[in-house]
Amino acid sequence: MTATADPLLRTEGLSKHFRIGNTLSPRTLHAVDDVSFSIGEREIVALAGESGSGKSTIARLLAKIYRPTSGKVFFEGKSVSSMRSRRDRLRYSGLAPMVFQDPFASINPVFRVSHGVMRGLKLHRPELTSEQRLDEAKRVFEVVGLTPAADVLERYPHELSGGQRQRVGFAQALAMRPKLIIADEPVSMLDVSIRIGLLNLMAKLRDDEDVSILFITHDLASARYVADRLIVMYAGQIAETGPMEEVLVNPKHPYTQLLLSAAPDPRAPLGVGAATDRGEPPKVINPTPGCRFRWRCPIAIDACHTITPQLLPIADGHEAACHVAQSGAEVKAFG
Amino acid sequence: MSGNVLEVSGLSVEYLMDGGSVLAVDNVSFSLEPGEFVAVVGESGCGKSTMLFAVAQLLTPPAEIIGGTVMFKGRNLVGLADDSLTAIRWKDLSVVMQSAMNALNPVKSIGAQFKDAMRAHGVTSAQEIATRSAEVLKMVSIDPAHLQSYPHQLSGGMRQRSMIAMALLFTPDLVIMDEPTSALDVVAQRSLMVQIKELQEQFGFAVIFVTHDMSLVSHFSDRLMVMYAGQVAEVGPTRQLFDAPQHPYTAGLMEAFPSIRGPKLPLAGIPGSPPNLARRAEGCWFAPRCPKVFDRCKIEPPPLYPVQGREVRCFLHDAAAPVLVPRSSEEAGDTI
Repeated sequence: MTATADPLLRTEGLSKHFRIGNTLSPRTLHAVDDVSFSIGEREIVALAGESGSGKSTIARLLAKIYRPTSGKVFFEGKSVSSMRSRRDRLRYSGLAPMVFQDPFASINPVFRVSHGVMRGLKLHRPELTSEQRLDEAKRVFEVVGLTPAADVLERYPHELSGGQRQRVGFAQALAMRPKLIIADEPVSMLDVSIRIGLLNLMAKLRDDEDVSILFITHDLASARYVADRLIVMYAGQIAETGPMEEVLVNPKHPYTQLLLSAAPDPRAPLGVGAATDRGEPPKVINPTPGCRFRWRCPIAIDACHTITPQLLPIADGHEAACHVAQSGAEVKAFG
Repeated sequence: MSGNVLEVSGLSVEYLMDGGSVLAVDNVSFSLEPGEFVAVVGESGCGKSTMLFAVAQLLTPPAEIIGGTVMFKGRNLVGLADDSLTAIRWKDLSVVMQSAMNALNPVKSIGAQFKDAMRAHGVTSAQEIATRSAEVLKMVSIDPAHLQSYPHQLSGGMRQRSMIAMALLFTPDLVIMDEPTSALDVVAQRSLMVQIKELQEQFGFAVIFVTHDMSLVSHFSDRLMVMYAGQVAEVGPTRQLFDAPQHPYTAGLMEAFPSIRGPKLPLAGIPGSPPNLARRAEGCWFAPRCPKVFDRCKIEPPPLYPVQGREVRCFLHDAAAPVLVPRSSEEAGDTI
């Protein structure tokens, strides 16, 4: 395999287990189990799932905040866990920075907003003079739509709205000339009317700045609006993945169907979906083989209780981990 | 008139600040029939939560009701003494807060909190309390075993459901909900909405539901009230508002969220951000962000115009030739 065939980021059997309980009754929480996916250049990949499905754990694994229990992350073909030296780690965190969910907690309130950007620049691009740093800060603020940049840089976080603060988060990431931005629910704390502006910004970063984005969200409608590809997580595993439109039009996994049926859609003619689900995503503690969705799944068959379904191709680029879908039968569980 | 559970008229709330005051709720009027579901939507800072707190008499300084009445089952709640309010709360009127984690007491079990509420209303029989507590938990599809659980042992959805269960201990006539689903993800959100609607149909209580996400209530509410800058921008039957919004702000909100089905359209959202209420506007509050703004909007504030069974605060619906309305928000009958 040649080097050019490597995607921007690739994970291989990525797992993260947390030890819980005490020494007398040790238990293991499987937050992420055997997850393999890739992100190409200039691609927005949406990672969707409920609270507790392992989305944020994946973000933290990619950002090297957590160390994987097993499995590997490759960035431009190089193993991320082998980046040990300060220089390598700095370089990686500059190439793949994170944008956080809560714009009210992720910016230091006692400094002007220029502080974060300038510090990032000093650390990650030491070759710049202080003048160049300021110019670059102004440039990225303008790119993310914080204008006039010189004025906004001088403000304190409390003077900005939630949407503006989240733009500051993206500007900080962008200042490091990233190739991949890991955005952990970047719009979920914002008003609906502000969200669309951030989604448009993400599309712009992909199109104009050549940045890939891992967009973590539980809202399939926002995911559809910007993302090229969709990965649906359930209980720490990938349930289904494929090109955005293909998965939404033709969802194969019952869980994807559940997510779709739950998405509020005022443009739909009328009616509350008949199949409503009262289940909760499980905490995966010392799991036994079998599909993790089986307790909530209305179409579970015998195999689901004993054999863990593998993620297998169903159509071109479209994969699902579901025994029923893989048997070729039509899956119609929700919606 | 008399059949309404709640009648709010001319309600105004002011926050007293160092440099003057901010009118957060400006002359809001509406009424609720028994069993009606009214949704109040708007962006952060539009006064929707303040309005709700004013209705429930839960405002704390520096917020203060400076005018208007809140008639609940024929009694004016504004200015009512605390002990009279205590008698009404939980029993006739319940409030479900945005964050159940903060609204529930973390050091008391769910059952103990239910007991508190029931004891406050004179139910002392342990047997009766236990039966009713188990009953309401079952109503929201939670195993009564969770009466022993503490809030941190429940998931976000379960906490929010147990708050709703608590609100229903006495089968109230009105349940006020302040963004009860905003901390939940879509699946939990959907199932909670369906549950609220089912319970409402079963027990016939009226609901005021505040949210910033219009799409959430599209299939659940009977009427929709869109608020902007402390005022009612548009109000009417939910379906009509969705199908043909009349106020440019409502139309903007409708355009603000992407759809999961149908053609993928580029959306622009609403440019700009909500106004700073401390700076009184000359004309229409929405004028600086409005795509249809014209000269008159910048000079005088628009009243509510009746348009096909709804009310819309926009000069576009002034049937008569430009009539100069005196600059007073008291002027137009803001009743729904």
